[in-house]
Order: sequence, then C-alpha cells, then structure tokens
Amino acid sequence: MMMRSKPDEDDYWNSSKFRAFTFDDDDDEFSTLKESKRAVNSIVVDDDDDDDEDDVEKVSWSGEPVGSISWSIKETASSVHVGGQDHGFPKIDSTPSLPRQGSGYSLSSLFKGRPKSGSIQAISESFPDVPSRSFAPELRKPKAEYKDYSDWSPEETVRRMQRGKAYSFETFRSLKDKMLLLDEAVHANDGNVITAVLIFLKKSLSKEILSRELTSREIALRHYIHYLKEMGEQKSLVELLKSLGRTEDMALLQYKEHLNIKDEVRKKEYLKACIGLPFSPEDASHVQDHYTLLERQIIIEANDKQAENKVEVFKKHPRKASILNMPIITTLYYSCFYHYGEPEGTFSSPANIRSTFKISEKQYFLTVLGARAKLKEWFDVDRLFTAKNWFGYTKKKSPIGFHRVVDILQKNNAPVQVLQEYVSLVEDTEQKISLAQKYKCHDIVIDTYKDLKDRQQLIIYQGKVERNSPEDRKIQDLLNNTQIRWKN
Amino acid sequence: MAHSSRKDAPDLPDFSLLKRIARDQLIYLLEQLPGKKDLFIEADLMSPLDRIANVTTLKEHEVDKLYKVDHKPIYSTSDQLCFLIRPRIQTVKWIADIVNADKAAGKLRSYKIIFSPQKFYACEAVLEEQGIYGDVSTDEWAFHLLPLDDDIISLELPEFFRDNFLGGDQRWVTTAGSALHLLHSVYGPFSKAYGIGRCAKMVYESWREQGKEGEKKTPQSEIGTVFLVDRDVDFVTPLCSQVVYEGLVDDIFRIKCGSVEFTPDVTSSEKSVKVMLNSQDKVFGEIRNEHFSNVFGLLSQKARNLQTAYDRRRGMDIKQMKTFVSEELKGLKQEHHLLSLHIGASESMMKRKTKQDFQELLKTEHSLLEGFEIRECISYIEEHINRQVSMIESLRLLCLLSLTENGLLPKDYRSLKAQYLQSYGTEHLLTFANLRQLGLLVEQQAGETLTVMESKVGKLVNDKTVGKLTDAFSSLAKKSNFRALSKRLALVPKTMEEYDLRTPRDMAYIFSGAYIPLSCKLIEQVLEREGWTGLEEVTRLLNGNEFVGSAGGGSETGRTTDSQRIILVMFLGGCSYSEISALRFLGKEKGYKFIVVTTAIINAARLLEAMLDNYG
Repeated sequence: MMMRSKPDEDDYWNSSKFRAFTFDDDDDEFSTLKESKRAVNSIVVDDDDDDDEDDVEKVSWSGEPVGSISWSIKETASSVHVGGQDHGFPKIDSTPSLPRQGSGYSLSSLFKGRPKSGSIQAISESFPDVPSRSFAPELRKPKAEYKDYSDWSPEETVRRMQRGKAYSFETFRSLKDKMLLLDEAVHANDGNVITAVLIFLKKSLSKEILSRELTSREIALRHYIHYLKEMGEQKSLVELLKSLGRTEDMALLQYKEHLNIKDEVRKKEYLKACIGLPFSPEDASHVQDHYTLLERQIIIEANDKQAENKVEVFKKHPRKASILNMPIITTLYYSCFYHYGEPEGTFSSPANIRSTFKISEKQYFLTVLGARAKLKEWFDVDRLFTAKNWFGYTKKKSPIGFHRVVDILQKNNAPVQVLQEYVSLVEDTEQKISLAQKYKCHDIVIDTYKDLKDRQQLIIYQGKVERNSPEDRKIQDLLNNTQIRWKN
Repeated sequence: MAHSSRKDAPDLPDFSLLKRIARDQLIYLLEQLPGKKDLFIEADLMSPLDRIANVTTLKEHEVDKLYKVDHKPIYSTSDQLCFLIRPRIQTVKWIADIVNADKAAGKLRSYKIIFSPQKFYACEAVLEEQGIYGDVSTDEWAFHLLPLDDDIISLELPEFFRDNFLGGDQRWVTTAGSALHLLHSVYGPFSKAYGIGRCAKMVYESWREQGKEGEKKTPQSEIGTVFLVDRDVDFVTPLCSQVVYEGLVDDIFRIKCGSVEFTPDVTSSEKSVKVMLNSQDKVFGEIRNEHFSNVFGLLSQKARNLQTAYDRRRGMDIKQMKTFVSEELKGLKQEHHLLSLHIGASESMMKRKTKQDFQELLKTEHSLLEGFEIRECISYIEEHINRQVSMIESLRLLCLLSLTENGLLPKDYRSLKAQYLQSYGTEHLLTFANLRQLGLLVEQQAGETLTVMESKVGKLVNDKTVGKLTDAFSSLAKKSNFRALSKRLALVPKTMEEYDLRTPRDMAYIFSGAYIPLSCKLIEQVLEREGWTGLEEVTRLLNGNEFVGSAGGGSETGRTTDSQRIILVMFLGGCSYSEISALRFLGKEKGYKFIVVTTAIINAARLLEAMLDNYG
C-alpha cells in the first residue's frame, strides 16, 4: 500500500535541471532486478532435451545465439507469419550476433517461444503460481534481409510491413499498382501501414491525382487527413479539403488557426479574414460575432487600463484579468460589473453588448443579476424586476423562476431582508416555505402557515425559532388569536 | 450456461506476470545501449512506468539522469540519450531537433528511441526526413498491458478513442490485437469470442491473424471467453453522472493510473495524499462498488468495529498487550488511516455535490433516460449554459439529450449551440463540429431526408461533393436509437417502483436504479444466449458489426470448466468505473468473473475533453 504524501509527479521534473526523482516503490514481489535475475536464472536450467545448459552459446539457423532475445524474437516473427510465405527467399542474415552483455539477466529465456511443449515446464517450475505457457512478445523486428523485391505483390508487401520486415515500394510505379497497394493496406485494417503507403503516395503522386484517388477511398482519406494534421501541414490539408469539395471542413480548419495566434490585434485581423470563409450560414454569423467581440474587447481593454487608477469601481474592485479573449457572456458580466448604466452608444455598455450579440432576455437578466448582486447593489437588483404597468402599479416580474433568483442572490451573500422579498415571490407554496426555512425568512414561513390555516405546522415551527425572539412572539400572538379558523 | 445462481465464481488469473514481462523487456532494451545514459520519458508513460519499475531498476541499468519529455531544449551532458516515448510525430520532431542541433554544434552522442507500445512508420519517416535516420537507433517496448487491479487491465492509451472514432485512424487496431494476442498466449487459449463494433471486428481479425501460428495446445486455459466492444456502441453510459463510490471518486478527484490524489479538504491536513485505489485497500474494496447512499452507513459500521477492536486493549495484561501490539495494532492503524481517508473523501464529495445541486442534475438525467418531460430538461440545460456552470457539464447534458432523443430538433440545436458559444467561447464551434462527426450531438433530420440524399448520392458518385455527402451520411447512420434500444432491452425500469439500493436487483443500481448500462446489458444478453441469436433487432439498431468466433482454443470440451466462467471484456475506446462495477455485480449474480481490458479508464469529462480542439 503506497500512501506516502508527495507532490504530483510533475513537480519532480524540471525542464532544465535534473532533479531528484523517485518512482513509487512498487508492491510487486519482484521489485528489484536481483529477484528478477534470480527467478530468470532459475528458468534457464530447464530440461529441454535439445538445449544444453546455457553456458555454451548456441547459434541457431539465423545466426543468433539461441536463447538470446533477438533469437526468440526471430522465432516469434517467423512463427507469427502466415505459413509458408517465406520459403522462396534465402535467409542470409546480416544481423551480427548480439554481444551478451549483462548476460546474467538472460531474460530472453523467459520469452522462448519454442514450438516444443517440453520447454513449457521451465516456467511453471520457477513460478509455481504462473500457468504453464510460452509466449514471445515481439521486441524487435529482424533487420533487413537481402532479397529481390521485384516479385512482391501488394499483399506480400503489406504483410511484410505488418510484420515489421523489410519491404520496398520500388515496384509500385504505375497508378494502378499504387492504388492496389493502398487498397490492400486498407483491406488489412492496419492504420500504421495505411499511413506508410500514403506517405509514399504523397511523395510519388501529384497532389491533384492523390486527392482525386482519395475521393472514393474514405478510410484512406481519413488516415491521410489525420496524418497531415499530426504533421502540422496546414496548407496541404486546406488544399486537400478544398479539392475534395469539403469546404465547410476547410473553413473550420482555417478558423482553428486563430488559436495559435497570441497577439490580439493579429488575431483580430485573422478572424476578420475568416469571415469570408465558406462556413454554414449559422457558423458564419458566429465567426462574425467572434471578430466583433474581439474588436470590442480590444477597445474596452485599452480604455479600462487607463481607468484602473482613476475610476472608483476599478479601485474598489481591481480587475483580476484582462477581458481579452473572454466569451461573450463573460464580457457582458464584466460590462455589468464595471460599466453598468452607461448609455447604449458606448461599446462597453451592457445594452450595447446585449443588442450587438442578440443576447436573449433570460440570459441578459441572469448576467445582470449575477453582476449587480456580486457588487451588493441591491437597488439595481430591485429595479431589474420592477416593471410599471400602464396603471402605474409596480409589479415584480422575472423571466426566470424566483427560486432561481433567490439561489443566485443567496450565493452572492444577500442579506435576509433582500432575500425574503424574493422568497415571498416564489409561486409554489411548498417551495416557498422550504426556501424561507432554509434562509431563515421567518416572517414568510409564519405568514404562509397562517394563510394556510395550518396551526400544527406553526406550532412545529415555533419549536425551531429562538425563544422570546420577535418571531417566537409573532407565532404566539397568532396561536392566541381566536379569530383565526385553523384547519387543524 | 451457468444459470444456477452460483456464488462459487472461479479465481482470477494472476496478472502480475504482465508487469514482469514489461519490466524485463524494458531492462533488455536499456541494456541495448550499454553505459551511462540519460533517459527522457514521455509524460504519460511515467505513471504506467511507476507501476512496474522503480528508479533503482533504471539506475541498475546505467540510467544516469531522468527527464520528462517537454518539447523544450535539453541540457543533458551525457553522451548517450535514450528517449522512452509514445509514437507521436511531434515528439519525434522534437528529438530530431535535438539531434540536428547536436550535429550543428559538433557534439557527438548516441541516441536511442524506444517507442511504446510500438513504432509507427510515420515516425520513422520523420527521422528519415530530418536526415537522422541511422543516427538514431529505434526500438519498441511492447508494454501493452498494465494491470491496474486484480480484474482491470489498461492499455493506457487514452488517445485510442479520439484517433479511432473521431479521426478514423486505425493505427491502434494492431496494438489492441497484439494485446489480445499476448493475453491469449499467456492466459488462453480462449474458446469463444463475441463482439460488436467496427473496431472490435478489426481487432478480432488482427488478433486472429497474429495468432495464426505459434498457437500451442496448453494444458489448461485460465480465460475462456472474450467479448470485444466498441465505445461508440454505447455513449450514453459513460456520459451519465457516476454515483457508485469508485466512479464518483473518479469523477471528482480523477483517478490516474489506479492512484488518486486526495486534496487537503479530504485529508484534513495541509498536505494532499496520494493513494492507490485497488483491492489491496480493504476499506476501499468494500465500498468501491456501492451506491454512494450506502457508503456512509458502511463506513460508520466499519468505524464502530474498529473502535471495538481498539477497545479490547482495555483490561489486557502486559502479555496480551504485547501480542496485540505486535500482531494486530499495525493492521488496525492501517485500517484506521484508510477509514479516515475514505470518510474524508465521502464528506468532501458530499459537500461538492450538494453545492452543485446534484439532486436536480440527476433528476434531469433520469428524465432524459426515460424520455420524460424533455422540455423541462431542455430549459434546465439552457439555464446551466446561461449561468456558465462548468463547460464540460453543459456539454455532457447536451450530448445526453441528443443521444437519448436521437438528435435535437433543428430549432433547439441552433439555439442551444448559439447560447453555448456565447457562454463558453466561439471557438467551441470546433467542438460542435467534432461532436457532430462522432454522432454525439446532432441535429435531427427530417424523416425523408435520408432517402432523398441517398438518391442524390447515387447520381453524384463521381462528383466532388460525394465526400461531403458520405460524411453527412455517416453522421446520419450514427443515429443512436437509444429509445428503441432501451425499450427492447428494458434498460429503464418502470418508474414509481421502489428500488432498494442496499440490495440491488440488477445492474441499474449503479445509476440509482434508473438505467441499466447498455454496454453491460449487451454482454449479459450475449453470454446468456451464447451468441447474438434473438438479438437481431438490437444489433440492427446498433448498426450491426456483431460477430461470434470460436477463438482458436478450438476445444469446446471444457464448457463446464472454471475458465469458461472467466470472461475477458475488452472495451475499445475506454470504459468507466461504473461499467466495471456493473460487470462485477453481474459476475456475482451469474457466477462469472469478469476481467476488464480497456484502452483507458474514461468518464464523461475525459471523453468530452478528448473532443475539444482548443488544446492545440
């Protein structure tokens, strides 16, 4: 059980200097190499009849010392291979025998993938808990083998690539052959090979021809797009998408580039250029908004930087960050915070932002409420809800439920006097009572129970309030009132 | 089929062997560069490496200094540099810059790149292009499988999801095939294979191909059945809020490679604490699969037991006390510590969830799953967006809405998208494009649109716009059909039924009784039916690609043996802790043992973060 407190791994690393570094001690039974070594060494002594004790190096048909890792890997590589495909080729191996440095850790014997079942025992003997099995994970592909590639079919080439064996694209010169090769790679479902073939095609075909051929090959095309993206070949990608008629994808891709531009003026210019790109009509207007927003933000930022030491609200509530690159709603919030009440003509006014970006009434309302409540400008909050009808009466109206209003005010630490005004406007009686109880708006609780003629609940509530407090006395007065016809 | 409610589930194979294989391979590779060397490790390989080796292991193989790959200039003075990296073009380009800078400065060094889990031709092409092919030796460290727990093995390849499902790049198919091949050779032979999904099918084929030869008859197999499933078969499940303890911990604190960092508010001290979360932690073991509402009760029961155990000290004589201290105290203290951590974590999670009105959120999710009061759900989501509550949460709700409703009405789609962009930034245009491509968040198409488009495509086969149309097509084809599937598989229990979360009756308990995870339900059904027979309508709704294969073990003889009841489920594109809990439950019910192999552990946040483009 590892339970040491330590900072995040990342803290252990430093870009420029070496720092102390500790891996967490593993609870693994083989935590040190010594043990591993011992275990592995014990396997070496196996009872395989055609394999002597391991001190003498044996060399296999391929020239590798028997029992070395690369030997076992070769075994794997060829055993993994589809039967009999190799036979035509002479095996002249250029790989030198590995120097057996550190041969004490003859780890390789662990991986012996021998077809004989006799060798299986060795593992199970050394690791009683481990099932008898032989396995040969592929560590390294064999090195080049000298061959005449000329008769390699697309199938054979793809297969060799999948196995990590030597291959050549030399013979794939005609367009037909190239496409056969590509189709074969796709057929093999191996993305790694598909991409390798595409890299070859990219170098040996013109852009026009390649893009034409990819039009009808969706899987290969997606690999190619993914490859270009990973390579960061933005220009080629844009050209490709354009020639494929995928104009919307192309537009989005170009738009994405703005994320890499740090300087806001350059970014603004870039966004301006994006407006003309072939987006869907809907997205085009979003991009237009993005440009307008940044343009405004640059102006607001410049002005507010000046105002920082002069204007009261900035002094009282210093800005924590610049407004540049913030979303529209954050900008609106900012403007409700620092520029509330400015005439609509100024870019920084809430009204201007609201109309420029067609912000919904509900959204606008929520944002103003949040900002003014944050500043504890309860008067502004109050005015927000007040609508005079044509009789001159004022009535509180809200595009969102009053329980939400209460929630927002409460999260901004509104005093009870403010809260209770809005709690009393909650329509659903049950919700009203529960909110009133939660926020200790005693008058509302008491009055509501009175209206409901619910004597029992009133008595229960009396038990919850402080003795001899005004609310306690108020409840007592009501309970003593013989005029009320209680329902219970 | 082992119907008889067997509680005698077989033992799980020992996967620690996989760690040793990986470590020994790494040691071998390090030995290929004899002498002192500096080692640069890719950031996301560090935690996995931690789990299988320690710094002593590396030092013993002449690793001098360790650095994290950070794509900045290096300051190493060693004359041998070794890079342990994922096969990513950007990383290889960074290495190429180092090598070329050395060349320019006349500095002579030897370089080795170890790609894990495999190398790609595209990476080697970069070495070639940069003129350093041959100057740098390359190798592969086939570290495919990291056991995170007794029954969880991870490929630790979170990018699998985006590369495969969004990018359409099949580069990891062979990797997954090799991982399966390794498991098959060590713990197999598997005798049955089931699967669903395009990628699952390819992985199955890749594995079969790799195993064509070299398959040996082995006396006994430890895993009998495999089930492969693509993540895009079921997006709903990982997008639901997790309410089972382990999933909740992952949602809130983010479990990384089996370990979690509890913040000071959990530990009630100044320091954060890193804890391994697995079956070794007995306290965790008892609560990990429990619905959160049960956890407090269980923890306080444990606390009482602990108190009783401590109390026994009273009235002990010196000798008894000695035995107590030497034999029990350490264990008790350990348990004490764990208990206080998990209690702290529970409290902290409770607080956070209360703050964000979790109940209301869950209510909305359940309504969506049930298809009930959708307008209310939409206005809830809208307000969520308007109030700029977490960007990922809003996206999650939008996707759930789209998946369960088979797309949004065009009017809703436009309005919600516009509001989303206003609240979280216009650059999320790119996110919406990705989500549409993946089928996670789409606009409903009028019923006849599909056929109209089909005939158009027929006429336009040679036209350049065909690509565009096929694209539009494929996003249409990705209709989630959730409602129909839910009905057919009875995923959403009837409302108004009481659901006792203490004694769950089905896998729905992992979502408070509101929903049986589709992915797990499919597995249950296929195992029960020993195939897809009778599920034709379901597979049609899931866009097909289901398969059954006898998996090479060949012998159908051992049907009653234990190994047949050990089932390996491979999630391509990731799975969530809740799904693992559901499978554990299913295993207990039916007498199976499930082993989950996943390309990565995901949750809603990770899944959606993979869709964001503004990370560069």
